[in-house]
Amino acid sequence: MKPSNRLQKTLLSTATSLALASVGMVGLAATAHAQDSFKVGFVTFLSGGASGPFGVPASQGAKVVVDAINSGSLPAPYDSKGVNGLNLEMVEVDEAGGPTKQVEEYRNLVERQKVNAVIGYISSGDCLAVGPVAEEMKTFTIAFDCGTSRMFEELKNPRYVFRTGLDAVADNVGAARYLADTRPDAVRIAGIQQNYAWGQDSWQDFTLAMEQLMPDAEIVNNQMPQIFQGSYSTEISALQTRRPEIVHSSMWGGDMESFVAQANARGLLAQATALLTTGESGLHRFDGQAPNGTIVGGRGPFGGFMPENDLSQWFNKAYEEKYGTPPSYPAAKAAQAILALKYAADNAGAEGVPSADQLAAALKGASFESVSGTVRMSLAGGHQALQPMLYGEYHFADGKGELRNVKSYPGDCVSAPDGYNAQQWIREGFPGSSCD
Amino acid sequence: MLTVWAILIDGFIYASWLFLVAAGLTVIYGVMRILNMAHGSLYALGAYAAASALGWYYAGGGDQLWMAFAILAVSAITIGAVAGLAIERGLLRLMYGRDEILMLIITFAVLLILEDVMKLVWGTTPYFAYQPYAAMGRISIDVLTVSRYDLMVLAVSVVIGVGLWFWLERTRIGKILRSIIHDREVSTAMGVNVGRMFTITFMIGATLGAIAGGLTAPIISVVPGIGIEVIVLAFAVVVTGGLGSITGAAVGAIIVGLARATSIHTMPELELFIIYAVMAAVLVFRPYGLFGRAVARKI
Repeated sequence: MKPSNRLQKTLLSTATSLALASVGMVGLAATAHAQDSFKVGFVTFLSGGASGPFGVPASQGAKVVVDAINSGSLPAPYDSKGVNGLNLEMVEVDEAGGPTKQVEEYRNLVERQKVNAVIGYISSGDCLAVGPVAEEMKTFTIAFDCGTSRMFEELKNPRYVFRTGLDAVADNVGAARYLADTRPDAVRIAGIQQNYAWGQDSWQDFTLAMEQLMPDAEIVNNQMPQIFQGSYSTEISALQTRRPEIVHSSMWGGDMESFVAQANARGLLAQATALLTTGESGLHRFDGQAPNGTIVGGRGPFGGFMPENDLSQWFNKAYEEKYGTPPSYPAAKAAQAILALKYAADNAGAEGVPSADQLAAALKGASFESVSGTVRMSLAGGHQALQPMLYGEYHFADGKGELRNVKSYPGDCVSAPDGYNAQQWIREGFPGSSCD
Repeated sequence: MLTVWAILIDGFIYASWLFLVAAGLTVIYGVMRILNMAHGSLYALGAYAAASALGWYYAGGGDQLWMAFAILAVSAITIGAVAGLAIERGLLRLMYGRDEILMLIITFAVLLILEDVMKLVWGTTPYFAYQPYAAMGRISIDVLTVSRYDLMVLAVSVVIGVGLWFWLERTRIGKILRSIIHDREVSTAMGVNVGRMFTITFMIGATLGAIAGGLTAPIISVVPGIGIEVIVLAFAVVVTGGLGSITGAAVGAIIVGLARATSIHTMPELELFIIYAVMAAVLVFRPYGLFGRAVARKI
């Protein structure tokens, strides 16, 4: 076989492996484990495309709260020092690498690093993979951001796994409700989503909700570009030729910001209003590149949607002082998960380090205060948070982005009750929902 | 009819970008028989350098478009040439004559190293340099709009393609390179300094990759990993057209660009599939690509 021929034949497999190799390496910081400390593994994207807009802000948000817990400088009701009096030690792990790698990293955290709890996971695939392992290893685990509605559909009767953020169904039902309230006459609806589970599920949930809430609306087009594609020139043309009034997108991070900048420059966002379910993360980054009136969500009452309370005021101030920018929603969601851990540890009734069973019993079905207001762990048998979903319009004024025309939908209005498959709940017209 | 126009315009715009990305890769392979996996990193370096320089320029109050393009060009060309020289002189020249697969693995290692180096230098936060893209405005065809910046990239791509053809076919150095392609040993015996020619070729190929990245920086968010994303696409183009053929890269880019645009406008869920389906279909009938040859090499 000639060298060039062999090269040709190996090219396909090499190219495929390259795509898989686009992940970073994991950095495990080995630290000494002391008796008087509580050790928590914190897993978030520290490399790759999700790290800049999501992973790093989440890490920073967690660190701000951990430092305040250890110095006893948090506002009430978390003004006691440490967690159950113990110093809180955080071990960070890179979430890059995919579900198989994350299962391995989870086992390393529990078996080698001897963590007492794990908080983390932005990727839905990682949550789905790690959940059963956490139950098997009987380790108290909080998912802080992943949005799949299948998490507690697949993980039946969880004991140790909790999620303190909302799922993607709430994002998209909330988006459809916001459109029905603010643009009831919109007819031509289009979409652009990243082509993987998150984008596909989001579009499915959104279109199902639109069928219920705006039955006269017509879905004219949906684009499914590759994740991290970066350039959306052709997709924007395809959307323009369909003349939409609304363009829904669940794209996140750099992809979302690139799409907004390109669509704005091309004039698409003068022809149609963008509805960005994760748009809040660009609130302080769009810098006027998103037109005024662009509809944005923050995956719940996070980031710019945080209510005014002692905790949110403290968090905004502490985060901005340390990092020079207001916290976006991933930072707030990470902070919320750390606060949930402190709540559970302080209320576990343990002497010294609480066990996983004690932590789980304390958090199950609990209501705790957070930067986003009161969080009720009332779904999935007390393991899933129920919170309002908020949407608003982006406006750029006086050199900074702000939210206007914000509407809040109660948790019962956007989340399926226990016993329902989320899509079934939407198709049946949201039985049991309460939007008052 | 509007959709047909949109497919043609989008197809050629995307093809021009693909050609820019693939040109350096195919030049290096054509002359040096090195499938340079690090080409993706050179693209990313060009993008980071341009985004950083443009960010610095606009943060300082700059608002002249011509100045922005001058900064973009200088930053991308400089980093491409310097990185190309460093990779070729520092590593590849020690490996000449080795098996092509080994060279591929070596350049793959360089790709991974440079990915981490870029994270160390630029961090993981996305860089935006959208100002030139926004400032150039757009033209309208009915509801369809076309970015003038995209049309400029198309023009640059044509200029680079013609320039490469002229360089290889109509200049003395081009003749020397073609003699090396035809028979490296005989060229050496005839007094050609093959090592120097390789250095020049690699620097030009690397600079083309960095220019592609620099021109792309105002369109996208520059984040870690963009080099790896783009090298996979570049491979699809050069394999479709035939490894080492400039004409093949151009034709491959046009075929892939038009096929992708057709898919996006008519069956968007097949966007990614169609690119590799085209590549696979070509390779079934022409295993060496459209312009590749089993024995004789061509550039």
